[in-house]
Amino acid sequence: MSYIGDIIGGIKTLLNGMKVTGAYFFPNIINRKYVITRQYPDEPAIVFERFKGEVVMWHNENNEHRCTGCQACEIACPNGSIEIIWDRVLNPETGKKVKQIDQHIYHLGMCTMCNLCIQACPTNAIMWSTNFHNSTYDRSQLTKVLNRPGSKLMAGVEE
Amino acid sequence: MEQVTLNTADLKSQEYFLNMGPQHPATHGVLRLILTLDGEVVKNIEPDLGYIHRSIEKQCEYEGYKQIIHLTDRMDYLSAHINNEAVALAIEQALEIEVPERVKVIRTIMGELTRIASHLLWWGVMGMDVGALTTFMYAFRDREMINDIMEETCGARLTMSYSTPGGVMFDLHPNFQKRVKEFIPHLRKVIPKYDELLTGNVIFQKRMKGVGYLSKEDAISLGASGPVARGSGVHSDIRKIKPYSALDKVDFKEIIYTEGDNLARYKVRMDEMLESLNIIEQLIDNIPDDGIQAKTKALIKLPKGEFLQRVETARGDLGVYIVSDGKKNPYRVKFRSPGFSNLNALIEMGKGHLIADLVAIMSTLDFVVPDIDR
Ligand code: SF4
Ligand code: SF4
Repeated sequence: MSYIGDIIGGIKTLLNGMKVTGAYFFPNIINRKYVITRQYPDEPAIVFERFKGEVVMWHNENNEHRCTGCQACEIACPNGSIEIIWDRVLNPETGKKVKQIDQHIYHLGMCTMCNLCIQACPTNAIMWSTNFHNSTYDRSQLTKVLNRPGSKLMAGVEE
Repeated sequence: MEQVTLNTADLKSQEYFLNMGPQHPATHGVLRLILTLDGEVVKNIEPDLGYIHRSIEKQCEYEGYKQIIHLTDRMDYLSAHINNEAVALAIEQALEIEVPERVKVIRTIMGELTRIASHLLWWGVMGMDVGALTTFMYAFRDREMINDIMEETCGARLTMSYSTPGGVMFDLHPNFQKRVKEFIPHLRKVIPKYDELLTGNVIFQKRMKGVGYLSKEDAISLGASGPVARGSGVHSDIRKIKPYSALDKVDFKEIIYTEGDNLARYKVRMDEMLESLNIIEQLIDNIPDDGIQAKTKALIKLPKGEFLQRVETARGDLGVYIVSDGKKNPYRVKFRSPGFSNLNALIEMGKGHLIADLVAIMSTLDFVVPDIDR
């Protein structure tokens, strides 16, 4: 007797559960109000402005950046994702040798998006980009040089 | 022709071994259990670890104190914020700095949101493990709201790296309060639906009730913590025992069930979600406004000594133990992770049950394998 009772109880609670799913399913086929799945390539993905996608270096329209080559980001990075190749060049105006970056190398494949480099940068030269389309066929493509070719330090930015 | 007769008395039954994992979907990660079976009955369980060992503790010895934090994200990734907070608190304790009230409140709210997100994921997966596929969809729908809140403020959905020694990385996003206030009534509304869908189901109840019994004595002696211990009636909530951040200012209940079976652990987590909502509700309206960062040096050096900080993650008692010799990186860091000691409890619980029940028991333990295997 309790065997049959169990079956009836099982069916009853199953129907109870179906009521919950049904109450969600049927109104949503008619008006897709609570549908939260986004058909990604067709619909744009929602990305928040603070999303940590990759580290980029900001350049103005004259191809100038704010990086002085101080290497604070390189030291702050926990896993060596940043390498700065720098040089000392003679500044013709002051006659002093100043540090200048040659390449700001960023290994996106190793970066853990911890924000420490951006926090450490004294001149706000680097920032987050929300780009997440980073898949490549070869991981060497994930190593990027952040300063654009031919770019130079913005006037007035000092260490 | 000779007749072959089978004499059943000659057939012997013998125990045999079976590998469950490392790629078994029900272990939720790369956990290998070596089962000793008699038919379908589990006689012994031997967990074999090391498949996802990344030597986080050793890596910490080479990192500065600020840099340790991002590694702890990758331990128990579902309680990432709480792990970050634990390390930050340990460092603050060593440096004897007082963080602003705002930071304390933010950390507590974020911690409770993380706990809810973790329990929601657990609920979805728990349903899947016992054969109710719908729960997963519902849980992920609601968890997405928390992920959005996290992404908006911390810039990442899971591995937030949000706490730093002395404060938090970013200030709250202007939308934060609004979004959290939308989320609280939403979850209050859907949890009764969850109960209707899964908790009340007779099939589910049969899988849960009386299965995987863990006595209070065993829970204590095996070092179980979190919902596993509280399901066996052990008073073990670090938030109550040793309140940290803003938890001493809020009023909440510690959820304890004494049955010690699967259903008790299930209920602890379900009730904890509501209790976490209570905590958030008490704090969300009056977040103090006194800065998000206490003064710390750019290069943090801890004084010589040993420092311990315990926090309650979604899985239980996480202990961060730092030994410092006064240099810029720690001499030794040890994480007492909740998953590891809860795994010991599995050995006790699983004995004498069927394999199918073992899957259900494992999901009530809510393993995150990278946490067991740092
Ligand atoms: S975000 Fe962290 S890991 Fe990535 S480059 Fe910056 S410091 Fe390094
Ligand atoms: S990006 Fe910033 S921290 Fe890094 S070298 Fe340039 S100025 Fe220094």
